[in-house]
Amino acid sequence: MRFLETSPKVKPATDGLKIAVCLKQVPKGEHLQIDPVRKTLKREGVESEINPADRNAVELALQLKDEHGGEIIALSMGPPTFVRSLETAIGMGVDRAVLLSDRALAGSDTSPTSYALAETITRFGRSGLIICGEETSDSSTGHVGPGIAGHLDIPQITYVIDAKVKDGKIIAQRAVEFGFEFWEASLPALLTVKFGCNRPREPTLTRKIKAKRGNVIQIWSARDAALDTSRLGLEGSPTVVSEIETVDLPSRRGEVFTGDTKETVSKLLNRLKESGFIRG
Amino acid sequence: MDEFEVVIIGAGPAGSCAAYRLAREGFNVLLVERANTPGSKNVFGGRIYSYPLTGIFPDFWKEAPIERYVTQENMVFMTESNSVTMKFDSSSPEGVSAQSFTVLREKFDSWLAKKAQDAGALLITGTRVDDLYWENGRIAGIVAGPDTVRGNVVIGADGVVSTFAQKAGLRRELTAKELSVAVKQTIKLPEETIEDRFNLSKREGAAYGFVGYASGYLRGGGFLYTNKDTVSLGVVVSAEDLALRKKEIFEIMEDFKLHPSIQKLVRGGEVIEYSAHMIPEMGINTLPALFKDNFLAVGDAGGLLINHGYTYRGVDLAMISGVSAAEAIVQARQKGDYSKMGLSAYPEILRKKGVMKDMVAFRRTPRFLQNARLFTAYPRMVCDFFDRLYTVDGKGKEKVFDIGKKEILGKVSIFKMLRDMLGGFKSV
Repeated sequence: MRFLETSPKVKPATDGLKIAVCLKQVPKGEHLQIDPVRKTLKREGVESEINPADRNAVELALQLKDEHGGEIIALSMGPPTFVRSLETAIGMGVDRAVLLSDRALAGSDTSPTSYALAETITRFGRSGLIICGEETSDSSTGHVGPGIAGHLDIPQITYVIDAKVKDGKIIAQRAVEFGFEFWEASLPALLTVKFGCNRPREPTLTRKIKAKRGNVIQIWSARDAALDTSRLGLEGSPTVVSEIETVDLPSRRGEVFTGDTKETVSKLLNRLKESGFIRG
Repeated sequence: MDEFEVVIIGAGPAGSCAAYRLAREGFNVLLVERANTPGSKNVFGGRIYSYPLTGIFPDFWKEAPIERYVTQENMVFMTESNSVTMKFDSSSPEGVSAQSFTVLREKFDSWLAKKAQDAGALLITGTRVDDLYWENGRIAGIVAGPDTVRGNVVIGADGVVSTFAQKAGLRRELTAKELSVAVKQTIKLPEETIEDRFNLSKREGAAYGFVGYASGYLRGGGFLYTNKDTVSLGVVVSAEDLALRKKEIFEIMEDFKLHPSIQKLVRGGEVIEYSAHMIPEMGINTLPALFKDNFLAVGDAGGLLINHGYTYRGVDLAMISGVSAAEAIVQARQKGDYSKMGLSAYPEILRKKGVMKDMVAFRRTPRFLQNARLFTAYPRMVCDFFDRLYTVDGKGKEKVFDIGKKEILGKVSIFKMLRDMLGGFKSV
């Protein structure tokens, strides 16, 4: 077991566990489309959902709250349509949610995104844990969680599959290529959660009603979160996309053999031999 | 526990219209839908009659997601190799005065649900209601998973296989005799191709009913509706016949689709959706009670469908019944009485809006349509008659009357045919 400790920018919570969960709304996997001209991911007019790993992050937060009590705040950054994912999170059991939504944020890469989310989390007051998904299904960088930890200068444990809070510390099980590691960190700390590590609970009717009518989702502008706008958007993003290549898969050559069973099977076998798939 | 004045199960046309009307009257309404998007869980031929919408949303034709206005009606008698089409062209103008139009339900139901939401109803999607919540022997809300939500009145708008009308004790489970199975393919074709093949102008649509081979000569039929850039093609077959003849509906559908007359219309199209559902064929004779203390059934859940044989009506009756139920609830609130007594205006309003009249007028149709000859002997007779009529093979031409006589004799007794015709005229 290894231990991490630093002097963080956020103070540990004293009254129960306070958890911030970051989540993103992404195009649904089966609906992923690349804009043929701009060579970027189409995001408008495509069915979307909570980033799958972020659902696991919400579930882990809920499990910790089930055990220790406290409060969970979901945080997302994006256009107003992202409210839908925050409603789902509330439906699952998250207490309240904040959507950071501002034109100034458009075009932000992972650097300003981490900055904006980290700053917003400090506005929530004291926090015990910040939980993110390991990465998003639409860009797969895995930068934002560690970026937030960096901005806040708190310990981080990535690719977590399970976690416990004990004596004011977090103990997390981390998946590595050939097994697990256990890490312990002082609070506040940040976890990124591995996709599929738990079974996210379904939103319930009462909670969904709360999401719609309970006045629990707030939309903040960059100003509400007191962000430095010069560090946001395209301007604040060091990433330059030089090129995106779309790969066309080679088409398959189908062949249909007809005749009685014996005949067709031997035709098929011969064909496979000719092509070198089997030795004859 | 959350509490609403009215809880509606199902955001289809009936549920959404009820929610819309109630919300406009200031009711606190919860509308719960099992699908993530209203309209994505049903199977539906494609046509909606306009008249109820003009009463509820006078400007619907400007904003509703209408695919095409139906200006062409086709009735097709079909055998393996031939078909005889009766075509009715109406140059009815599009817009508000169009009689009927085609829709895709996911778009249409979502639009209706949005109307209800905008009026103030709370729509919750992706939630399956498991049970009714009872208190002192009376329905007092719904149960969904771990949650109970109270409602002074519950509306069952959960469609054809309504479990809630059953749970409320209004109706029994349907038997195979009273059910048909419907399958449908949505086939994508370019807009211009549809207009060329069906001889339509922009926004104009065609509706087809097929008898005979379409349903494998079993009781039922085929249908085709043109949408903007898709065609809805399907068959409806009696569940009883399928079971008796040990036939699979998907095979009947495939055979129907491969018929030369159909291939000409849909070839080259891409199937983008395949769906199947049950349809009740009850008629008023087996129509269940529509309401009881604190509960009303609307739309298909209330058995409100009419199959004339030449037109299928469901969505229009669903919308009217939704609004009627809402109006009955408004009256009940004034009286402060949500018991059966308090809600008793419901059937009265349905009657005033003409629903009951239609249901009663066509009460004999279901039985008439049970007659197997309609789907076997007669389509073949019509096709063979025309086949002979137009055959010129140098062997000498028969007179029309003789052809007719020959075609009829040996297939169906004249007496039976006369009786069927009489029965048909009286019932449809």
